[in-house]
Amino acid sequence: MQVTVEIYRQEAHSGASHFDTFVREVDPTDQILDVIMEIKDDVDGSLAFRKSCAHGVCGSDAMQINGMNRLACQTLIQDLKSDRIRIEPLKGMKVLRDLIVDMDPFFESLAKVKPYFIPKTTAPAAERKQTIEERARFDDTTKCIMCAACTTSCPSFWSNDNYLGPATLVKAHRFIFDSRDGGDRERLEVLDDRDGLWRCHSIYNCTDACPRDIEITKAIGDLKRYTVAQR
Amino acid sequence: MIHKFDAIVVGAGGAGLRCALELTEQNYNVAVVSKLYPVRSHTGAAQGGIGAALGSEEEDHPEWHMFDTVKGSDYLGDQDAIEILANEAVEAVMELEHFGLPFNRTKEGKIAQRPFGGHTRAFGEAPVKRACYAADRTGHMILHTLFEQCVKNKVRFFNEFYVLDLILKDDVCFGVIAYELATGELHVFQSKVVFLGTGGYGRVFSITSNAHALTGDGMAIAFRRGLPLEDMEFVQFHPTGLRKLGILVSEAARGEGGILRNREDLDNIGTGKDGFMAAVAPTVKDLAPRDMVSRAIYNEIKAGRGIMGTGDTGSDYIYLDLVHLGAKVINEKLPDISHFARKYLAVEPIKEPIPVQPTAHYAMGGLPTDNDGRVLKDAAANPVEGLYAAGEVACVSVHGANRLGTNSLVDIVVFGRRAARDMSRYLKDAEFEEIDADPEAFVAGEIDRLKNGSGNEKVADLRKEMQSVMMSKSGVYRTEENLEEARKTVLELRRRYQQVSVKDSSLYFNTELVEAIELGHLLDVAWTIAESALQRTESRGAHSRVDYPDRDDKQWLKHTFIRKLGDDKVEFDYKPVVITKFQPKPRVY
Ligand SMILES: Cc1cc2nc3c(=O)[nH]c(=O)nc-3n(C[C@H](O)[C@H](O)[C@H](O)COP(=O)(O)OP(=O)(O)OC[C@H]3O[C@@H](n4cnc5c(N)ncnc54)[C@H](O)[C@@H]3O)c2cc1C
Ligand code: FES
Repeated sequence: MQVTVEIYRQEAHSGASHFDTFVREVDPTDQILDVIMEIKDDVDGSLAFRKSCAHGVCGSDAMQINGMNRLACQTLIQDLKSDRIRIEPLKGMKVLRDLIVDMDPFFESLAKVKPYFIPKTTAPAAERKQTIEERARFDDTTKCIMCAACTTSCPSFWSNDNYLGPATLVKAHRFIFDSRDGGDRERLEVLDDRDGLWRCHSIYNCTDACPRDIEITKAIGDLKRYTVAQR
Repeated sequence: MIHKFDAIVVGAGGAGLRCALELTEQNYNVAVVSKLYPVRSHTGAAQGGIGAALGSEEEDHPEWHMFDTVKGSDYLGDQDAIEILANEAVEAVMELEHFGLPFNRTKEGKIAQRPFGGHTRAFGEAPVKRACYAADRTGHMILHTLFEQCVKNKVRFFNEFYVLDLILKDDVCFGVIAYELATGELHVFQSKVVFLGTGGYGRVFSITSNAHALTGDGMAIAFRRGLPLEDMEFVQFHPTGLRKLGILVSEAARGEGGILRNREDLDNIGTGKDGFMAAVAPTVKDLAPRDMVSRAIYNEIKAGRGIMGTGDTGSDYIYLDLVHLGAKVINEKLPDISHFARKYLAVEPIKEPIPVQPTAHYAMGGLPTDNDGRVLKDAAANPVEGLYAAGEVACVSVHGANRLGTNSLVDIVVFGRRAARDMSRYLKDAEFEEIDADPEAFVAGEIDRLKNGSGNEKVADLRKEMQSVMMSKSGVYRTEENLEEARKTVLELRRRYQQVSVKDSSLYFNTELVEAIELGHLLDVAWTIAESALQRTESRGAHSRVDYPDRDDKQWLKHTFIRKLGDDKVEFDYKPVVITKFQPKPRVY
């Protein structure tokens, strides 16, 4: 089938932007990543975007596809139910070139919540024990691949750069609800803040955007309740 | 720009991060230089598990793990190194748990384990539960956990920096040259010691489970500098890649009970009855090692028993049947791979079998190292001072002619850490060295040629031709004629590569340039694979020569060292295999 692909283009640094349009012959089961790679190979080698794993596990290629944040490698032509495809960089991030955005602020935000295991107890010789139920408690939030699709779909993030954003909250959830972790207090200091948990107004954009199907809004709800209970 | 660090770690996959973590624990000034953001590394794609004889679920011993690995390697693995791997695996897994890695748990709250291909109890009696796992996202959890620990230790990262050359002076390494994607600038990273953890080269082949970024950079960079590569003929083809796409369906699917079926076996779908593997490997059946299962699949297809019945191994496929496992096991233990089947093939694994075919998966060969990660400059085992490597880029050799599933994740943490410990020792009296003026001249020249050349060759065309010839002529089954064709084609492509020109002239995020450079690396690696495969006139592990169908221990119980002599010439040397506990025997399962 034939599709018309419009791609956002921006020179690095000059900031001037426009859309380029390509008419392509594709299969309904092609990934959007295949389509833009073929455009790069056949038509315009200068088209800049990130990619690596090509099957939705590395988080390199989150972008706006027909207005929704998705991974290009995990979106098939047939998913879009349209023969017009509009591809733009993630919103609310500084565009560095074409579809490539500046990811550094995103990773800096993550670092604020101590995104690492803070053990409650000193390590035994063997493993720390954890029940199947305790392990299940935070399973969902361990799935995050840090693609930023959630954070950049959030209106609260668009209007406030200082907001930690859903991805950072997901990371905090992964540790706070891990029975082996003892870093709650340090993390709650950061979370229990206007630019922390309380900027989330349960709009659910993040949950819709997550390519790993993490129930993000629910996880943030867990954190809100937990924070209030700990006060 | 010039930077100075005690140690440079190239690559932020499991091997690189484990090494960097250890070095910062020792308070050295370390930089991790990686072409991807750390969490994008392909360690994150590993699904099934990390092998260690914990005995959480049933009796197990490191010695059994050692035996299985030796046998799985078709007796080409070095047994001293394999003994280290099996012994240190236990502590390494516990250490990951102590870093917070969320393993699945047993009823008693211990780390859960499951069976995996080639892992057995009591020297081959029956499959054993040895693979420690976190759903089918074990690699993702390892990568993130190690990255988190590095964040905690405030490791310095240079992300989206492509290392393109080593600074070597009289066989001592003093740093690397890197290209910064964001700015097009060349950086000189001066150091006392360098570690390479750049991963594999799956993109040499047209069907692969590997990421686009896996272009054999570390191997090619060293090879160009005259260093040897070891056992490059041994490439693992994983039996179950999603049809046409190559996306991996982990062996964990068969570990949980999945069964391979041919077209004569369609009535048994969902019954749990044996499939064609029962005749090939009566004891372990579908859990035979990967080389054997991949060959068995090709044999079925060639005999007209593929699902299409065409006999063409390029396009025909077989089924992986999980239906009898039921929704609960499939959704809880194999969630990601079920998602891949649904998403990319529109197949519902709870109700239908998954179409699969062998996919290029793992590099057994690579930079030769000793058991402390020191890169060797010859088959006499003399090290290059100040240069270390571990993970898929390296060849210790613990995997020999065929890697067992779950042993690579062990490899990256065990040998990543061992390398770091020896680097710490080396750093105690190492000094910075004056380096030549313009150490980046070679790389700058290459980039200039690619950007300003007048040739008309296109990266995408050459890449496609290379991938297709390597897949069809240097894949699961090989012959002299086919390998000769692969070699000739690759040499011709290397000549044509000189005529590649990059149209994008920008300094900023010039991904076209980077792809051109990566193609150069892939072509060098493809060349070493074809040459090494051509000279090894026997069949062993993943290297299966139709014209030499038997293993030949008299002639070939030795490691291949290939070294570049000129633009189209290589030389070979050989290193004996270390045999300690287990004498070579025929390999039956
Ligand atoms: C789909 C899949 C599933 C797997 N499942 C399992 C499993 O269940 N169990 C198991 O044991 N093994 C498994 N493996 C194998 C295992 O995952 C890999 O072999 C292992 O993770 C490799 O780790 P690494 O650190 O060596 O390299 P990688 O994780 O590939 O990391 C390479 C790093 O090097 C960097 N790099 C590369 N080139 C350059 C350059 N020129 N300059 C700068 N940086 C560079 C990259 O950015 C990256 O950070 C699987 C492999 C695949 C593909
Ligand atoms: S390329 Fe890895 S998530 Fe899409």
